[in-house]
Amino acid sequence: MIEAHELTKRYGDRKVVDRLSFVVRPGEVTGFLGPNGAGKSTTMRMIVGLDAPTSGSVTVNGRPYARHPAPLHEIGVLLDAKSVHPGRSAHSHLMALAHTHGIARSRVDEVIEVAGLTKVAGKRVGAFSLGMGQRLGIAAALLGDPEIVMLDEPVNGLDPEGVLWVRNLLRSLADEGRAVMLSSHLMSEMALIADHLVIIGRGRLLADTSLSNFTRQAGGGGVKVVTDQATRLRTLLAAPGVTISSPSDEELTVTGREAREIGTVAARHGVPVYELAPQAVSLEAAFMDLTHDAVEYQSAPVGAGRKAA
Amino acid sequence: MSTTLTAGPAVGTTGRKVTGRGVLRSEWVKFWSLRSSWITLVASVAALLVFGSVASFTYSSDGGAALNGPPGAGAGGPGDAVSLALAGSTFAALGVGVLGVLMSAGEYGTGMVRSTFAAVPGRLPVLWAKATVIGPLAAIVAMAGVLAAFLTGTVGLDGETIALSLGDDGVPRSLVGAAVYLGLVAVLGVALGSLVRSTAAGIASLVGILFILPGLGSLLPGSLHDSISPYLPSNAGSSIFALQEASGSLSPAAGLAVFAGWVALAGAGAAVRLKKTDV
Ligand SMILES: Nc1ncnc2c1ncn2[C@@H]1O[C@H](COP(=O)(O)OP(=O)(O)OP(=O)(O)O)[C@@H](O)[C@H]1O
Ligand SMILES: [Mg+2]
Repeated sequence: MIEAHELTKRYGDRKVVDRLSFVVRPGEVTGFLGPNGAGKSTTMRMIVGLDAPTSGSVTVNGRPYARHPAPLHEIGVLLDAKSVHPGRSAHSHLMALAHTHGIARSRVDEVIEVAGLTKVAGKRVGAFSLGMGQRLGIAAALLGDPEIVMLDEPVNGLDPEGVLWVRNLLRSLADEGRAVMLSSHLMSEMALIADHLVIIGRGRLLADTSLSNFTRQAGGGGVKVVTDQATRLRTLLAAPGVTISSPSDEELTVTGREAREIGTVAARHGVPVYELAPQAVSLEAAFMDLTHDAVEYQSAPVGAGRKAA
Repeated sequence: MSTTLTAGPAVGTTGRKVTGRGVLRSEWVKFWSLRSSWITLVASVAALLVFGSVASFTYSSDGGAALNGPPGAGAGGPGDAVSLALAGSTFAALGVGVLGVLMSAGEYGTGMVRSTFAAVPGRLPVLWAKATVIGPLAAIVAMAGVLAAFLTGTVGLDGETIALSLGDDGVPRSLVGAAVYLGLVAVLGVALGSLVRSTAAGIASLVGILFILPGLGSLLPGSLHDSISPYLPSNAGSSIFALQEASGSLSPAAGLAVFAGWVALAGAGAAVRLKKTDV
């Protein structure tokens, strides 16, 4: 369990993390979300004592990280930046970490295998691809067989097989009763992995809720209908409490009516329907909606930069 | 690929904790698993051997030494077999000092430091362990280097008046002193690297302290210079292995104490910074 209490970090006169309180519980995957620069990585560094909080506190399994006699058994971490010497082999890197805790070589070999690095374990890490580097970082996080696993953007750079591997790995870790915390900007992936969400923007807590609650509260996404008689179907479906928008000539987004009803109406009037899909509001949409005001590094609309060029 | 991790603690991971011994083993593995460590260590020994023997072989009593090695090598000039044999000590000091800097500052450059201090959140054991690994190692390797240089040099100086043998008065002490000095320089490198957290700045400060500070010291007015100069790190360090105590410099024991004091000071500074600031 990770418990943050009013955690605050100031760099110069900027509050990067601002009175942040949240809990990461065992048996769950907690997604840690926020726009670029929101303070996720900084928070994670504070959790493992690399950065000292300006004020507030955070504990790992009930104690500040540095007070644990064997921290790698409490929490395993993958931090966002590369944290490995490129001149060392993966095996030596893990062995060096293992020695600090008296962890056996057999465990090093085990995590190397779990991470799928057996073939390259003797190679210089500097020659690793981005994905292999991530796998090594995850292997290091698992080294102490920790009760908590905390990963900063673990699927960054992983191939589809690797993404699936991380997803299954985190699921099984949570199912074993461990606490899992991960940050990612891949909302579709997060929607598949996370049970719980902690969302921050500009260092402040924006939401701390279950994934299902979050998307539900963000409102239904309506039903997408594709037909070549859009105008006609639109009139047929019109009713009080029903709103219909038309993103394109052949497409309608209907809110206030179930997909089933829409299908029935269309069939009764002989309107051909090519697609009929309830739109669960995506985590992405809900996230963007929530964090819109907290985005620091707003992209210019496409094309806006061309004028200058 | 298997995704299940054994439920419950895996073999060999229970009941452990971070120990000084463990951190030491970790630093040992870190040191030997980098090619740069080997290269720098070998280069330092080679400098000792090559400069030492070349200086001895090219020595001729009438013209003095044709090659005295780099400036600042040895104390008291190439007037005796020991200082000829130690002609490479300046380069060796640079080598082992850089090795020390690489050990500590190198981790900041690569980001390894985050892995290191996440595993050892107390941080200071890492600093002590690095010093414990590199200090004795540099001293032992340097011992082999100066011994080889001296023995080779004996052949070159055969028949010269300044020739000395291992059994002569002060010779073993001088050679051991040089090795101890180089061991301390390596520890100084670790401390400086940890203090400034950048390889380039670490090497620069090492060079500054060992090779530039004495030059600056000579700019001081005479009397002040005479009283301060012997205590500067490099001058105190040279006193450790000087065969004859030059006038105005420290005795070997005092030199050792003063130089060790400088190293300890740098180490204390590194320790404070390590404890106080974010990684
Ligand atoms: N050591 C530091 N000194 C000064 N500012 C820092 C430092 N570390 C981070 N920051 C600033 O703090 C802010 C938060 O950074 P952080 O890396 O925690 O964000 P993040 O949520 O992880 O972002 P991203 O999604 O891009 O990874 C950024 O504006 C960053 O520039
Ligand atoms: Mg980040």
